[in-house]
Amino acid sequence: MTSASAQVNEQRQSALKLRDVHKSFGKTPIIRGVSLDIHRGERHAIIGPNGAGKSTLFNLISGRFQPTRGSIRLNDEEIAGIPSYQINRRGLSRSFQVTNIFPRLSVYENIRCSVLWSLGHKYSFWRSADKLRDANALTERTLEQIKMTARRNALAGVLTYAEQRALEIGITIASGADVIMLDEPTAGMSHSEADNAVELIRSVSKGRTLVMVEHDMGVVFGLADRISVLVYGEIIATDIPSRIKQNKAVQTAYLGTE
Amino acid sequence: MNGSQTAAPAATLVGARMGLIQKYKFWFAAAVVLLILPYIPGLNGDFSRSLLSQMGISAVFALSFNLLLGQTGLLSFGHAVYFGLGGYAAIHFMRAINAGLPIPIPFVPLAGAAGGLLIGVLFGSVTTKKAKIVFALITLGIAELVYAATFMLPGLFGGEEGITASRTRGPSIFGLDFGSQIQVYYIIAFWAFVSAALMYAFMRTPVGRMCNAVRDNPERAEFVGYNPQRVRFIVFSVAGMFAGLAGGLHAINYEIVAADAVGVLRSGSVLVAAYIGGIGHFIGPIVGAITLTWLQVSLSDYTSAWLLYLGLFFMAIILFAPGGLSGLIMMHAPIVRTKVFWEVLKTYAVALVPAVIMVVGAALLIEMNYRLSTQPELGTRMKLFRVNVDAATPWPWVAATLLLVAGFYVFRKTWPYVAAAWNRAIEEANAGKSDMGERR
Repeated sequence: MTSASAQVNEQRQSALKLRDVHKSFGKTPIIRGVSLDIHRGERHAIIGPNGAGKSTLFNLISGRFQPTRGSIRLNDEEIAGIPSYQINRRGLSRSFQVTNIFPRLSVYENIRCSVLWSLGHKYSFWRSADKLRDANALTERTLEQIKMTARRNALAGVLTYAEQRALEIGITIASGADVIMLDEPTAGMSHSEADNAVELIRSVSKGRTLVMVEHDMGVVFGLADRISVLVYGEIIATDIPSRIKQNKAVQTAYLGTE
Repeated sequence: MNGSQTAAPAATLVGARMGLIQKYKFWFAAAVVLLILPYIPGLNGDFSRSLLSQMGISAVFALSFNLLLGQTGLLSFGHAVYFGLGGYAAIHFMRAINAGLPIPIPFVPLAGAAGGLLIGVLFGSVTTKKAKIVFALITLGIAELVYAATFMLPGLFGGEEGITASRTRGPSIFGLDFGSQIQVYYIIAFWAFVSAALMYAFMRTPVGRMCNAVRDNPERAEFVGYNPQRVRFIVFSVAGMFAGLAGGLHAINYEIVAADAVGVLRSGSVLVAAYIGGIGHFIGPIVGAITLTWLQVSLSDYTSAWLLYLGLFFMAIILFAPGGLSGLIMMHAPIVRTKVFWEVLKTYAVALVPAVIMVVGAALLIEMNYRLSTQPELGTRMKLFRVNVDAATPWPWVAATLLLVAGFYVFRKTWPYVAAAWNRAIEEANAGKSDMGERR
């Protein structure tokens, strides 16, 4: 009985629980049996060499792709194979490696569009979005958080790259999802821009679960509570950063060769 | 833009009312214009009032079309289906009124709207499963299907002869009989105003904002919790409803709805109207509908080659002003207050002279060609721009070609001046902005 309740306890602590997840494109297996627990409230980084399947894994969890087989549970509910908008409604939000914003909408509108559903405004067509106090207040707060209040009226498509990346994070966190997934949030940034991004990620991930794919080891070891190493579609190690550094298998498979 | 409207917390009732007028000043202005338009000298004849009525119908139809194209990125090749079937619903409703149903004629457009909505929901549930090319092709298929159906079900659609009804045989309201064009104009103006306001308001609602989001990036919309298919379906149904309302206005105006109301030609012309006016601004389709209706009616009085001119005009817009007429106008918004703006206008005036010469040359060539190739029975002598010419002699051809080539050559030379004036104006506008302390 004790073990059973411990198990329940552990389940409650897992925001995401992957069991034996497989994904093949045609006959090519990309993800080959991934099992992974992301604890509630932790910052979890997934690293691995190019082509290891990190982005595919992200796409499987967020519903962009359907797994060939296996189970993915978000807050102990099965989400494998359901549409991405339903996964988002259950509290999982993600960013993209290639900037994925609404280019012809203003910065303000970009953020506001991403808070509408979670505040329950859904497909409503009987009131003006400008009069939704909660949506506009949350949008303002998010703009402050990503330090883009001054750029609110700019069209998202004309922002600088670093600004677009910040906006991308803003869209991802605005809805208040409790699981945030960031796909290479600092890719293509200069050092100072990356530093700013790390600060931003640190502040927005407070009190939430963060999963991120990142190539910059400085960012990874500075931010992550735990790290999983993905090689050829399999996770070869999941541990705290200091022990990942010392892990022999990781060194040969990844850190040493890069 | 809203900053100036937050003033006066201790506003009196009068102040509040003034604020309301200030806030909706464009709508008030539009309402006033609609009210006085048919009494302005030159527009106060039956012909002009009929033209204004047609413009109102087209404007509603084009606005509903642009809910799909400009706002949601959905290109429909069969939007007339909802216009026409709404029109049929309205004409049958009118017949019921003629037969004794105690509802006044001004409410007929609501039957059109209901019909359009119903059909929009029905076909939208199929078409909006897809977007882009597939969506466009399905709408084309449905358009052909419905057009064919109007001939297969003559009881319902009356084939080419159509269904007729009378707008004067119904219960009287405010002592109006709707026999005269002016009364019909006011019915149309009223509904056009209401429809435009409602469509504008719709775009401001959460689902309306998400239409823009789905247009820009359907995948991102999905990852903020929205099902893009559902968003498309909702806007498609709403667009169907307003197209149906326009069809209802058509039914009142003409007292007949026939197969051409659902035809591909009408679907095409609403697309042309939207592009001419510009799909990027709310007023674009209104501008386009007014322009296109005017061209269709007036140009065809002057020349039988009017469709060719229309096509050339459309191509010129697509190639040189992809934002349409409203885009051209709005382009000037940032520089209209600069001191250099007058210089910009001056360069326009200078460039206009050779441009007109070029167009005259082209028109002469087209007219002579058109006469020789399609209407040889009328002979080679013709009167063009008040000048008698004989297309059998070489001189008119030489002169026209000379006008065209020389016009184009000089026109081309004026471009750098226009561009230079533009750049000065933009610079001044930007400098003014930074003076006001607007920072990034």
